[in-house]
Amino acid sequence: MNTLIDFFHQLAGLFVDDASLALEILAIVVLAALLIFLMPSQPLAAGAILLFGCLGVLFVNVVRAA
Amino acid sequence: MLALGPLLNRIPLYLLQLAIGVLLLLFGMRWLRKAILRAAGIIPHHDETLAYMTETAVLREQERNHKEPFDWIAALASFKAVVLEGLEAVFIVIAVGAGRGLVVPASIGAIAACTLVAGAGFAVHQPLTRVPENTLKFAVGIILSSFGMFWTGEGLGITWPGADIVIIPFALLFLIVSLLAVNFARRPDMGVLQ
Repeated sequence: MNTLIDFFHQLAGLFVDDASLALEILAIVVLAALLIFLMPSQPLAAGAILLFGCLGVLFVNVVRAA
Repeated sequence: MLALGPLLNRIPLYLLQLAIGVLLLLFGMRWLRKAILRAAGIIPHHDETLAYMTETAVLREQERNHKEPFDWIAALASFKAVVLEGLEAVFIVIAVGAGRGLVVPASIGAIAACTLVAGAGFAVHQPLTRVPENTLKFAVGIILSSFGMFWTGEGLGITWPGADIVIIPFALLFLIVSLLAVNFARRPDMGVLQ
């Protein structure tokens, strides 16, 4: 049973290690989705939010961890 | 994968791309973050030999406590390792094949790629062992994050300029930001990507 629990724990750990990084990435995706919903004629603006948002989140997270 | 293929073909492609893209983003950026922190000296480098010895000792201890004809612990440990390592390939097969009726060809492609990589790994494992582990993880994190970015955008309805080619500039941007982050976070006396 413990091995199974450990397995599911490790499975979740594949995607979430630092909870704040995972939440920030999801928030950026939601923001990009909202932008597409509100401005369907400007999908590339949402693309820019998604790309630069994720890059920014990664940078800030690393600097914060240091 | 083959069993679920017909079901996956009924799910709209954009939903699958979004789900797989977000999971790849989470997976890749998590990996990249760790590689950056290791390169910067914030967290210690991963010692594969030590990890192997620790895991082996734990399994031996569990084996001593369970005297059964079938070694469930060994079976579960193998199952766990294979499933965890194989998940990434499953994500890619779903994203490429589902919705277009291409799950079977994509699965065959994944098996062929697996065989090829295993063969190549066997042939060049000595030179590969000379590449620092964190450098490999850094590269894989960048690739996964770039693919995740592409598929998440596609799933959201973003038509990237240049289609698939845009993954290359994505990878370059992830590389530049990661190297910058290493420099900002680096502890004294640490080389880049050691």
